[in-house]
Amino acid sequence: MISLDQLAIGQKAIIKSIETDVLPLKLIEMGCLPGNEVSLLYLAPFHDPLYLNVDETHLVIRKEVARCIMVKPFGDD
Amino acid sequence: MINNINVALIGNPNTGKTSVFNALTGLNQKVGNYPGITVEKKQGSCRLDRGTKARILDLPGTYSLNASSNDESVVVELLLNKNDLDFPDVTVVVTDVENLKRNLLLFTQIKDLEIPTVLVINMSDQMRRKGIKIDLEKLEELLETRVILISTRLKTGIDQLKQVLVSYRKLNTTPLFDLTTIDEPYFESLRKAFPDQSLFKLWLVITQDVNFTKLERQKVANSTEFKTQSKSYLKKLQQRETIKRYQTINRTLKEAYTVNREEAKDLRSKLDNLLIHKFWGYVIFFMILLSIFQAIFDWSSIPMDFIDSSFAQLSKWTKQQLPPGVFTDLIAEGVISGLGGIVIFIPQIVFLFMFISILEETGYMSRVVFLMDRGLRKFGLSGKSVVPLISGTACAIPAVMATRNIENWKERLITILVVPFTTCSARIPVYMILISLVIPDDRFLGINYQGLTLMGLYFLGFLMAILFASILNGFMKTRNKSYFVVEMPNYKLPLLKNVALTVWEKTRSFVTEAGKIILAISVLLWFMASFGPGKNFADAEETISQQYAPQSMSKTEFENKVASVRLENSYIGILGKTLEPLIRPLGYDWKIGIALISSFAAREVFVGTLATLYSVDQGETETIKKRMGRELRSDGTLLFNTATGVSIMIFYAFAMQCMSTLAIVKKETNSWKWPVIQLFSMSIIAYIAALITYQILK
Repeated sequence: MISLDQLAIGQKAIIKSIETDVLPLKLIEMGCLPGNEVSLLYLAPFHDPLYLNVDETHLVIRKEVARCIMVKPFGDD
Repeated sequence: MINNINVALIGNPNTGKTSVFNALTGLNQKVGNYPGITVEKKQGSCRLDRGTKARILDLPGTYSLNASSNDESVVVELLLNKNDLDFPDVTVVVTDVENLKRNLLLFTQIKDLEIPTVLVINMSDQMRRKGIKIDLEKLEELLETRVILISTRLKTGIDQLKQVLVSYRKLNTTPLFDLTTIDEPYFESLRKAFPDQSLFKLWLVITQDVNFTKLERQKVANSTEFKTQSKSYLKKLQQRETIKRYQTINRTLKEAYTVNREEAKDLRSKLDNLLIHKFWGYVIFFMILLSIFQAIFDWSSIPMDFIDSSFAQLSKWTKQQLPPGVFTDLIAEGVISGLGGIVIFIPQIVFLFMFISILEETGYMSRVVFLMDRGLRKFGLSGKSVVPLISGTACAIPAVMATRNIENWKERLITILVVPFTTCSARIPVYMILISLVIPDDRFLGINYQGLTLMGLYFLGFLMAILFASILNGFMKTRNKSYFVVEMPNYKLPLLKNVALTVWEKTRSFVTEAGKIILAISVLLWFMASFGPGKNFADAEETISQQYAPQSMSKTEFENKVASVRLENSYIGILGKTLEPLIRPLGYDWKIGIALISSFAAREVFVGTLATLYSVDQGETETIKKRMGRELRSDGTLLFNTATGVSIMIFYAFAMQCMSTLAIVKKETNSWKWPVIQLFSMSIIAYIAALITYQILK
């Protein structure tokens, strides 16, 4: 398992856990739930912020938030 | 007998909720503020059928009823307060056909409040292209309400929505979701304690930090069982609730919604590849900014010149038509030129908001946020601060209005506070005359010093804006923590109606809100310049006739001299003289002091005021320049030497000298606190910077 900010562009993964104490409820409401599929679409310069596709919702989050989301990349068993 | 009902439109951002609102109300809408906060309140009216009229409230966009910003709190507060005059008889939840799953989260919450709720699925024209099929009957059965497909682009479904709203009493109001499945003991005890209340309402009262009717909150807070729950436990329950709601929604959509992703042609990724490219993305953004800047600067100069000369003529005409006297002067010089000072900003506001609204409507603005966020975040600004900062180079007024798009209050406030540092077009006449006076017209390595100075002043403005932003960022505490989570909407063609209504609304609110203050201060400045205490003011004409032989000058020269003596002895002149000890260390005399004060009407007035004081014709820039170049100090040295000239430029670069900007800041922040802070901090910065400049160059 890696944190979301370590995904490569185009890579897909499954959300495993999120640091719920730190992160806003809004993220969960936008579909960042454990079990949902996420892929990293684009990165701004300096790898921040991140442009994601989470369960068909397109989101931009900052790196500090992405660090608190743990994911398991596809084909990584 | 006409039946009036309250309808509230609710929905996620980017669902076209405002398009539905515009389709229902057209021009029958007004935009105000919720009392005490800077959240826009949009209301309108619509005739539903012969016997029913609806008052329609367009609530701020929100992703759920768990409020994390002022905008969202407004929604929760209204829906929890049955006694509110705006409390809806029926709510319409607007959703986007492509993001139905996420949009339904809010729908299930609204439905659980036991208010009649209609589900609108907007942008239905996209269904075929995106390979989406919806089983409407099934969906209505599972969601226990009416579902209506709408396309605001093709204008379909609106009539059906009106029909359903008329018979809103037939809508089912039982809750959809059973909260007890989250934590049975907790919710069962809550239900037992308040058996006659809706369970979800109680839950919102416990979890939401909003100005809910105090009584009910106390009732809940006093019962010990619920107090024992810690905040983090409550948050955990909220998360569990969200997850459970999504499970219910997933089950529903599985039965009623299919999407064939293969059919979806991906316009988004094609455009994104280009528009947020690490190199080309910035180039394109820069080009777009350049053309917006060009438009505001260039295109609007034609109508602005026209407005300027029309008002000048109107003022002249009024003077000729009305009998001479104080009242005529008040109308011609105070009121008419004050009105002119308001109307002159309209072209810039129209162009800027036309562009901004197109960029918003197409979805491009969110891409700008993505591109710029990292760079600006360091200074407490947001990716969305770019547009206000750039448009500030035309005029701070539309720029301050443009900060409305920044959701985070702290980032928005910092942007508002630093925007006036950017070099607006009103500073240019002041810079031009001073540069030509004190900067040599020489070249160094082919670069003209004068041009270089002007560029340096623009650069200085931006630099100061960024510097001041980072200072403010260190001082200001965040009022509400709002994490940066931005949705990237789909690309869309802008709807002309939405663009036109935005432009109309912004212009109207500028004229009525900020206009009042601008007019009042113009009249005050006119009064201070036209009246003075004592004999010196009243006897100006006699003094001049005694000093000079009657034939030694023309009528105009005589009038110019009289005006000069009057201005010197007017209230504003006295103020300038009182100020002199304060501004002498900057290298200024009392005449410059008067020009500084009258610049509050608009910065470019600096030149005209000096022209009056030196009793030369205002229209002739060359004459004014020559006259300024001859002006001496009491010790016989030149007044406008390099030190004074540069010092004035530095002062104009940093000082808050524009009442119109103060008026708009007051309007946008809803309090006098911020414009006052802005006025003092900017003036102090300007004073110190000009002082240092003068003392070094002297």
